[in-house]
Amino acid sequence: MAQTKYYHSVELQEDRCQGCVACVKLCPTEAIRVRNGKAEILSDRCIDCGACAAGCPYHAFNVSMDALEELSGYAYNIVLPAPSLYAQFPDSISREDIWQGLGNLGFDEVFDVSLASDYIACEIENYVKSYTGGRKPLISSTCPAVMRLIQVKFPELIKQVVPVLAPVEAAAIYVRREAAERRNLPADLIGVWFISPCPSKETNIRQSVDVQQTQLSGSFNMSEVYGLLLKNLGGNDTSLRVTTGSSYGMEWGAYGGEIRSAGLENALAVHGIDNVYDMLEQISMNKMPQLDYVECNACQGGCIGGLLAAENKFVAESNLRRRINKLRQEEPAGREEAMAAVMHLDHFPASPAYRKKLVPRPMMQLDDDIMEAMKKFERMEEVLCSLPGLDCGACGAPSCQGLAEDIVQGKAHEIDCIFKLRASVHKIAQGMLELAKQLPMSQEPAAVNNLEEDK
Amino acid sequence: MSENKSVKLSFDVAGGDFERAGEASSKIKKMLQRLGIPADIVRRIAIGTYEAEMNVIIHAGGGNVAAEVFPDNTVIEVSDHGPGIPDIDKALQEGWSTAPDYVRQLGFGAGMGLPNMVKCSDDFHIESVVDEGTTITMRFDHQSEDL
Repeated sequence: MAQTKYYHSVELQEDRCQGCVACVKLCPTEAIRVRNGKAEILSDRCIDCGACAAGCPYHAFNVSMDALEELSGYAYNIVLPAPSLYAQFPDSISREDIWQGLGNLGFDEVFDVSLASDYIACEIENYVKSYTGGRKPLISSTCPAVMRLIQVKFPELIKQVVPVLAPVEAAAIYVRREAAERRNLPADLIGVWFISPCPSKETNIRQSVDVQQTQLSGSFNMSEVYGLLLKNLGGNDTSLRVTTGSSYGMEWGAYGGEIRSAGLENALAVHGIDNVYDMLEQISMNKMPQLDYVECNACQGGCIGGLLAAENKFVAESNLRRRINKLRQEEPAGREEAMAAVMHLDHFPASPAYRKKLVPRPMMQLDDDIMEAMKKFERMEEVLCSLPGLDCGACGAPSCQGLAEDIVQGKAHEIDCIFKLRASVHKIAQGMLELAKQLPMSQEPAAVNNLEEDK
Repeated sequence: MSENKSVKLSFDVAGGDFERAGEASSKIKKMLQRLGIPADIVRRIAIGTYEAEMNVIIHAGGGNVAAEVFPDNTVIEVSDHGPGIPDIDKALQEGWSTAPDYVRQLGFGAGMGLPNMVKCSDDFHIESVVDEGTTITMRFDHQSEDL
């Protein structure tokens, strides 16, 4: 099977793990097993959605990210705040105060991801409206966790994914090149940073699913930056350069924003990894061929519901909505007009030149050789019939089916099942009893009697 | 090594049970994925099987859905002891349907079932006797072009 090494930003902190199987049950791709009392992530199945980390009662999962100290390694640092960052703050805190706060943390320039979202929304709109003949609905490509879910579980849907870059990647390509020219600096001395609400975007910087070569230097944990920002808001550094987008680009922070900014009517927004899974299954069964577009966000509520967001997702949604409404009053009326008013950058990157092809990463198959796979399948069905079918998880696999699969792959044993173990122990004990009845006494009856009397 | 090796799955499907509709095709789909059948072929088989499964639930009052996977092709056989189809040629036309209103309200019965099965599969065969039942056999080649 595929030997590619996968990078994951979600890691287990073994000393905290209690082996409780909560994560095993939550994982949408069945990528976790508890073995020897500790959770173990199966690298080729993990899609970095963070469902395990979000649901772990012992906070045993870490997300490894960059540290702000790394800014000192660059001559000029640009931060790309996403709408989800603004949503962490009530609208009584102005954008200007947040920008100044970012400046106080050591950034020299602010480039809003929302502006890149305006550009990408136009690409999506054009692509969807000129799409003819192929399978529908088209599927949004901006959530890396969803892209990975498609790679591992729904490779048949790859053709339906709209070939555009995630806005943050497009922003990074633009701003690194433009700033290098403007500042007359080598491009590699420019730090381009994202403040990420989720582990999947961090993973995407190390091992991208959408861009050939990322221009991001790294990303910071949003909840950590939030804590620092709170203490550093405001200021009046007039040298801080800021470029920002429209209220429509800002909509991308919450579910439905992508569809609204692209002006798509015959479209649905799905959020939450289980809902996305369900939706992809329906699309795969061709049950919605009349629908034009589906926006998919792995997190409930969209990016504001990300694992690394500090604020509650409903509070954040309310914050974001108020900010959008405020912004809308300041910009030209109408979606196209408002977007056109900010989209005046020279040579903003168009996705096709930078995008890489999404490739399947199938994880379901039992063996590369179909004859072997058939034998394993039959054996698996037999094993499954012998298991209790309770899906209790005590064996460390997510279901009896999962254990049966692990057994035929030689990764688990039947007596990992607690019920099988009890049955075996019972059988052995019964055997001992039978044996005891049949065994001839090896000592003289008199000696045994003496022993009895001694008591 | 025998090239005739195959694995089978078979499910009884209850008539009118819309809540469990699609279970048989979903399990068959998972089996095909485990066997490593190409994703596009799995998709076609799943769609064709689902259409046939729905027909049994809607029209026939129950029946059986069976899949047999060979190394180079998959055969789906869906049989029932329902009312049978009086005019098969007509039933194969797009948009022709005898589904009752309540079924159409659930979003089924658009008259695309049989035509879709013909489109999805590499070989389609139907036998039907009025008052005795219907048997549909579809073959899907694992190497064929994506439709």
